[in-house]
Amino acid sequence: MRDIIVQVVARMMIPYLQLYGLYIILFGHNSPGGGFAGGTVIASSLILYVLAFGIDDEDLRLSGSVARVIESCGALAYVGIGLAGIFLGANFLSNKGAGFPLGIPGRFLSGGTIVLLTISIGLKVASTMITLFTNLAEKEKEEE
Amino acid sequence: MKIALEVITLVMIGLLLVLVVREMPPFGNPTNPVHNEVSEYYLSNTQAETGVQNVVAAIITDYRGFDTLGELTVLLTAIAGLLAVLRS
Amino acid sequence: MDNLFYAMAFIIFLTGFWIMLSHANLIKKIIGMNIMESAIFLFLVAIGYVKDGNAPIIAETNPGITYVNPLPSALILTGIVVSVSVTAFALGLVVRLYQHYGTVDVDEITRMRSEEL
Repeated sequence: MRDIIVQVVARMMIPYLQLYGLYIILFGHNSPGGGFAGGTVIASSLILYVLAFGIDDEDLRLSGSVARVIESCGALAYVGIGLAGIFLGANFLSNKGAGFPLGIPGRFLSGGTIVLLTISIGLKVASTMITLFTNLAEKEKEEE
Repeated sequence: MKIALEVITLVMIGLLLVLVVREMPPFGNPTNPVHNEVSEYYLSNTQAETGVQNVVAAIITDYRGFDTLGELTVLLTAIAGLLAVLRS
Repeated sequence: MDNLFYAMAFIIFLTGFWIMLSHANLIKKIIGMNIMESAIFLFLVAIGYVKDGNAPIIAETNPGITYVNPLPSALILTGIVVSVSVTAFALGLVVRLYQHYGTVDVDEITRMRSEEL
């Protein structure tokens, strides 16, 4: 799939896809979306890059070790926020009972721990999809 | 022979499912047994207790955040299993 | 005929089940399993609909709005992630089987395994 039209269109679309996915993740608590949908859209932009430019091109591809680090950071951040609830005096993963500031509904910074949990879910889902794709795709053969 | 067995199996399961569809409550009725006091509580108390406007996001990260932790464990286990099988 | 959503969900489920039964190719069986899971998600989300209801995003416009039940939608998100994980793991196992036996046909693999023993 190394057509010139696919490559030009993919080169134009990938930044907008990533911006859209980032919007879905960050505004997941005020409009439809959330961590799972936004993570999948960001992963689809990187999958489009691999499909259009081949798997041997290492420019924008997320390598295996970087994806592993991002995924572990996502999971550890989720558990860390839950443990912060215990250290502040309430149950595991508690939002209002532990004293996080709730803010005004409708603003970006509202909801206490909800924004941080959504970002960690988005990171983890995106890196999982990328790792699944790059491990199941074949290597390009040498002759064309 | 194989096609006859498949068709018989599908027809039996299809009959069961048609009986289930006839017994379900009508679609979209506000007095269904699904709409009990749990969803009423979620719809009326979310904005005061959590401060967000999206009720579904508040449910999966705040009221039932522990289930989402189980979700992340499922994703982690799938990746670990896949890497163990494909790179041995 | 007002239970059309449930009937369509079951028709899609039966289609996926037939794909799993009738083909001998392993990848087509996995596609059939994915179609069955999508039908189940459609059925469970369609249960929570209220007639003339809006999306459950509370925007403080007027206090007399009816909302759709948010609880089935929130619980199906978990199921969708499990479905993706199971499909990916099954595809990884099929790749491994192809590298070992050289074919993705279930009857061929069963014959080869019975000749090995």
